[in-house]
Amino acid sequence: MPVITYREALNQALREEMQRDSNVFLMGEDIGLFEGAYKVTAGLFAEFGEKRVRDTPIAEEEIVGLGIGSAMVGLRPVIEIMTINFSLLALDQIVNNAAKLRYMFAGGVQMPLVIRMPEGGGNQLTAQHSQSLAVWFAHVPGLLVVAPSSPADAKGLLKTSIRDNNPVIFIEHFALYNTRGELPDGELLLPIGKADVKRVGEDVTIISHSRMVQVALAAAEQLAGQGISAEVVDLRTLRPLDKETVVNSVRKTSRAVVLEEGWPTYGISAEVTAFVQDMAFDYLDAPIRRIGGAEVPMPYARNVERAAIPSDQTVIAAVKELVA
Amino acid sequence: MERKSRTVVPKERVDALGTREQLLRYLKLMVLIRRFEEKAGEMYLRAKIGGYLHLNIGEEGTVVGSVSALEERDYLYTSYRDHGYAIARGVNPKAVMAELFGKATGCSQGRGGSMHLFDARVHFLGGYGIVAAHIPVATGTALAATYRGTDEVTMCIFGEGATNIGAFHEGLNVAKLWRLPVVFVCTNNIYGMGTAVNRASAVSEIYRKACAYDIAAERVDGMDVLAVRDACLRGVERARKESEPTLIETMTYRYRGHSMADPARYRSEAEVRWWRERDPILTLETKLKEQGMVTQEEMDDIEANVERVVEESVEFADRSPAPSLDDLYKNVYAESEGR
Ligand SMILES: Cc1ncc(C[n+]2csc(CCOP(=O)(O)OP(=O)(O)O)c2C)c(N)n1
Repeated sequence: MPVITYREALNQALREEMQRDSNVFLMGEDIGLFEGAYKVTAGLFAEFGEKRVRDTPIAEEEIVGLGIGSAMVGLRPVIEIMTINFSLLALDQIVNNAAKLRYMFAGGVQMPLVIRMPEGGGNQLTAQHSQSLAVWFAHVPGLLVVAPSSPADAKGLLKTSIRDNNPVIFIEHFALYNTRGELPDGELLLPIGKADVKRVGEDVTIISHSRMVQVALAAAEQLAGQGISAEVVDLRTLRPLDKETVVNSVRKTSRAVVLEEGWPTYGISAEVTAFVQDMAFDYLDAPIRRIGGAEVPMPYARNVERAAIPSDQTVIAAVKELVA
Repeated sequence: MERKSRTVVPKERVDALGTREQLLRYLKLMVLIRRFEEKAGEMYLRAKIGGYLHLNIGEEGTVVGSVSALEERDYLYTSYRDHGYAIARGVNPKAVMAELFGKATGCSQGRGGSMHLFDARVHFLGGYGIVAAHIPVATGTALAATYRGTDEVTMCIFGEGATNIGAFHEGLNVAKLWRLPVVFVCTNNIYGMGTAVNRASAVSEIYRKACAYDIAAERVDGMDVLAVRDACLRGVERARKESEPTLIETMTYRYRGHSMADPARYRSEAEVRWWRERDPILTLETKLKEQGMVTQEEMDDIEANVERVVEESVEFADRSPAPSLDDLYKNVYAESEGR
C-alpha cells in the first residue's frame, strides 16, 4: 500500500472525480494559478484548465451562490473556502439556500454541492484564523458534514461527497495536510455517516474527529504503556452521526471521553455525550468526560495558544481520572 | 355570444407594439395577476392563508413585461414577492393558490408557501426570502449555461432594497467578470418595507450602480408593460448573443403595504393616487382601445374569464388535501446515494 499525505489524498480524489465526470468542477479563491492557499489543488489548473478550475474573486457569499445555482441545474461544483473562518461570510447561502432548497421546493431540485474548507488552530494564526466551527454546520438539517482524520478517509470520503446529491460540508484541518498514511490500492469510496474504530481497546472509549483523532491515538499509545487500554472511535461524519458504532464501543468499555478541538459549550462533545448517556446509560461506570478547546478567542503567543488546544496530555489526565 | 365589433388594425401600428395576440395576452395576464392577488389578500384576511403574504398589485406591468421576454428554456428567479411571476411564467394558478393555502397540491407541496413558489417544469427556479441572496444563486445558473456551452438565459428579479447589500455587488461583479448570460431586473417600487429608496441608498437611481461593474443598464417605466418587455428583450438578447449581463430598473409601485401586515402609513395618499393614475392595466387597456385593438366588450370577457380562473383556483385550493404528516421529513435529504 502506498503512503501519501492528507493533502495528496484530497488532490487525488479531486483529480479522479474530475476525470470521471465532466460536470465536476472547482471554484475558489486562488485555487487555480496559485494552486490553493494550502496547495490541495496543485496541478489541477494545469491539467483541467480555467473552465474547470476557476479562480474567483474574494467573495464568499457569491462563490457559494455560484455553486448552489449551478448545482440546481445539474453541475457538480466543488468549492474551496480558503479557511472555515471565512465561511461565515457565506453562512447565509449555506444555511438558507444550500441546506433548504430541496425541502422548500418539495424535492424539485438536487444539490450536488461540496464545500471544502480547513479549520483548526496551532499555527499562531490567532483569533480570526484558528477556529473550529464544524458544529455550526452540523446543527443544520439538510447538510451533510464530514471531517476525516487520515489520508485514506480524506480521499474516500471526498470522492463519495462529490458523488452525493446532497450539499456536503467537507472539513479539513491545517495541521493534517502534511500527515501521512497508507492508502488502499484501487478505487476508494467510503460511505458518509459511518464512524471508524481507529484503535481497539477495552477500558475506555475516546470519541473524536479530525485532528483530535491523532491526539487521541497518541494518548492511547502512551496509556497502553501505563496499562490502560483505550479504544479510539473516529466519528468521520458529524452529520449524520453514526451512533451505533459509538454506542457499541461504550457498551464494551463502559467509560467515555469525548474530545474536540472546538469550544465545547453546545459542541460536538455535548451532542455525543447526550446520545451516549441516552443509549448506553446502564453500561456506564463513570460520568462521560468532555474535553474541548479553551473558551477564548485563540491567543497568539505560542505557550498560551498551546494551552488553549487539547493535547495528548489533557486526554491522558482525563482518562486516568475516569479509570482510577 | 357573437363578437360584433373587432376592429381591423393597420399593420404598421400593430408591429410597433407587438401582435394583437401578444398584447391581449399581456393584458389578460396582468388582469389575472391583479385579481389573483386581490383574492389572495381576501383569503389571507379569512385566515385561509398564513405566514407572510407579499402582493404584486400595481407591479403587473413589470411582472408580465419581464417574464414575457424569456423563452421556455430560460430560467427565472424572484424574491418572495413572487405570485405574479410564477403565474406569468406558466405555473398553474391553482397550484399557486393551493401553495398559499398550504396544500399538498401546491406547487411546492405545502413546504414553501407564498414566498417559496417553485416549478422546475417551467424553469421557475423559485421565490427566495432572504433579500438579494438569490442573486448569487442566479449567477450560478447562468454560469452553468456558459460551462455547457448552451444558450439559456437566467433572469433574476429583486427589489431596489436588495441593491444595498453585498450579495448584489458580488453577483454583479462576477456576472461581468465571467460574462454570464444573466438579466438582473430591479423592481424599484420606491420602498423596502417602510424605508424609501432615498433613505436607504446613496444612489437612488439604481441602474447607475451598474456602471461600477461596466454592466449595460437602463431605467424604464415599470408601469408600461411594453417598455419593460422591450428593455428585457434587449437584455435577454445581450445575454444570449453576447453572453453579457444587463441591469434593468423598472420604476413601479405596490399599491398595498409591504405585506398584508403593513397598513403603509409611511406614504401619502396623493403619492398612491399619482401612481394609480399610471396603472399598468389601465395604461395598456387605454392604448389598445385607442388603437382599436380591444373593445369594452372584450375587456368584459377578459374580466369574466379571469374571475372564473381565480374562483377555480380557490375552489381547488380549498378542497385539496393538506400534506401528509408522514412526509414531514421527506426531501430534507436526497434519497439516492445510499441515504
Ligand atoms: C437579508 C434580509 N434582511 C431583512 C429582511 C426583511 N425584509 C423582507 S422584505 C424587506 C424589504 C425589501 O425591499 P425590496 O428589496 O425593495 O423589495 P420589495 O419588498 O419592495 O419587493 C425586508 C427588509 C430579509 N428578508 N432579508
